[in-house]
Amino acid sequence: MIASHLPVLLIIVPLLGAVLAALSRHGFVAWLVALLASAATMAVAFALLWRVQAEGLISYRIGGWAPELGIEYRIDAVSAFIVVLVSAIAFLTMIYARRSVLAEISAERVAWFYTMLLLCVAGLLGIAATGDAFNAFVFLEVSSLATYTLIALGRDRRALVAAYQYLIVGTIGATLYVIGVGLIYLSTGTLNIGLIVERLASLQGSRALTVAEAFIVVGIALKLALFPLHAWLPNAYAYAPSAATVLLASTATKVAVYLLARYLFTVFGGDIDVGAIPISAILIGLSVAAMFIPSAAAIFQNDVKRILALSSVGQIGYITLGLALANQTGLTGGLLHLFNHALMKGAAFMAIGAVVYRAGTARLDDLSGIGRTMPWTVAALTIAGLALIGVPGTSGFVSKYYLILGALEAGLGWLAILIVASSLLAVLYVGRIVEVVWFREPAAVARECREAPLELLLPMWILAGATIWFGIDAEWPVGLAASAARVLLGGAP
Amino acid sequence: MRFDIVLRVATKFILAPLLLFALYVQFHGDYGPGGGFQAGVIAAAAVILYGLIVGLAPVQRLVPMGLLEVMIPGGVLIYMAVGIASFFLGDNFLDYDHLAHDAVHGQEWGVFLVEIGVFVTVSSTMVAIFYAFAGRGRS
Repeated sequence: MIASHLPVLLIIVPLLGAVLAALSRHGFVAWLVALLASAATMAVAFALLWRVQAEGLISYRIGGWAPELGIEYRIDAVSAFIVVLVSAIAFLTMIYARRSVLAEISAERVAWFYTMLLLCVAGLLGIAATGDAFNAFVFLEVSSLATYTLIALGRDRRALVAAYQYLIVGTIGATLYVIGVGLIYLSTGTLNIGLIVERLASLQGSRALTVAEAFIVVGIALKLALFPLHAWLPNAYAYAPSAATVLLASTATKVAVYLLARYLFTVFGGDIDVGAIPISAILIGLSVAAMFIPSAAAIFQNDVKRILALSSVGQIGYITLGLALANQTGLTGGLLHLFNHALMKGAAFMAIGAVVYRAGTARLDDLSGIGRTMPWTVAALTIAGLALIGVPGTSGFVSKYYLILGALEAGLGWLAILIVASSLLAVLYVGRIVEVVWFREPAAVARECREAPLELLLPMWILAGATIWFGIDAEWPVGLAASAARVLLGGAP
Repeated sequence: MRFDIVLRVATKFILAPLLLFALYVQFHGDYGPGGGFQAGVIAAAAVILYGLIVGLAPVQRLVPMGLLEVMIPGGVLIYMAVGIASFFLGDNFLDYDHLAHDAVHGQEWGVFLVEIGVFVTVSSTMVAIFYAFAGRGRS
């Protein structure tokens, strides 16, 4: 019985967990519910991946209604890839969250925090699972509303401003998206993505569709913090509670990238320029700008969380570059970087969260020499930093390698040079962190610290270990990314 | 406002019909305009009106915050329980065909039960928002 309901269980399990966590009103019980729910969700996600690899596309009709009338969930190689990533990160975040949340959030709000965390996960998984354009909007709002609350729960007063800023920007993004969906609905008379694709074939060159694509791309670009629409991201990541930052940095923007890829490739076709808008050229330009400008800004920050947040904006540039290249190798590289970046940024934010847990600060000045008292935590941060640079032996190298190959395949040799050159900026901001935490004399803060507890180290090292593992033996993630890229480009899975 | 005789008497008159109208909109949702969302808002409006007239403390004795914190997730739970019940009847999520002896009655029952969940969550959320604004700066 369970096997046939897997696509919808993916959303029901975290949603049910969220409701039960809210009803429990007890911090520890809520955490336990969240842990079990996210473990079950991860099991469902892996089962789905296994079935998709065996059988191909899985379709599920909510309420038994035909796709013309109701909502259809469609899991293909692309969705399964994202779903596995999001649910695995969510599970590791839950292990990490208990100690970190107790230290950062007042006791009466802990149960609500887990409710919001699970709602956010349910929304993100829903975006990946649904095959309905409007349903994707609903899940986008579910995850966004939960995210605003999560950010606002940060203990810094600036967290409220950051959440409010994201609320405004996120709402604008969602509005633009829904306007685009409305225009598509007007032209095609359906909201089901599969049917939209069928009916669009006869509508080539329609001006409404050009406008729809513009609205959708800009709306989603706000959500995924594509440069220069990223202004909300650094504050949101820096001031949110550590556990929330881990989840958001590793999953939220990634799911937005998935949605963008879905529209650019599946809906608007492999040729991603529609009408008069050269989307791939614009996307390449913005991606390159993202690779350089926010990374350069990261070098001059003094808060490690802000450095990592700005670096995220830069790394998103590599992912969107992969989409813009729109060839098999480049797209594989982009999706692979999406996967690898989730792992490395998750490890990095977990490490800095553990530093905040012990030292109470993420200011670089205060953290000099902290590597001597918290060696395991800082070592994980260093590994993640090396992967951000793209050092061989880490997963970051593999994905950048594919991106460079993709750029060369597209005949854009200068782009390959820019990819390498932008990595030098990562050397600077990672190098600055590494120099301060390892090589300086320990400051007063650092001398009083102890190593982070095992509950924080374990998920952190699983991610850091995966970053190294997938840098040496990249077969599994490359296989997933390549089959996802094939599906997006319209080939057989 | 608690000393304004006109408001107090008018409120007393209007509260019961307001709640009754909420129930009418709730149960008539199958046949005409209405449903759980609208009914929930009307019911919440009755509580909010009472709160505006008598003040926050008395209305919170009537509808305590603790009750709302159970009702908000509780409504979602009702909704989901109906959907999950379909699993055990061999249908997809939220497919109500086998909730009763035939598909038409099954759909009617399913929507009826789901709308109750909507009512519970919407009404309690509205009141909770009112409490949050009215109680600002006091706690």
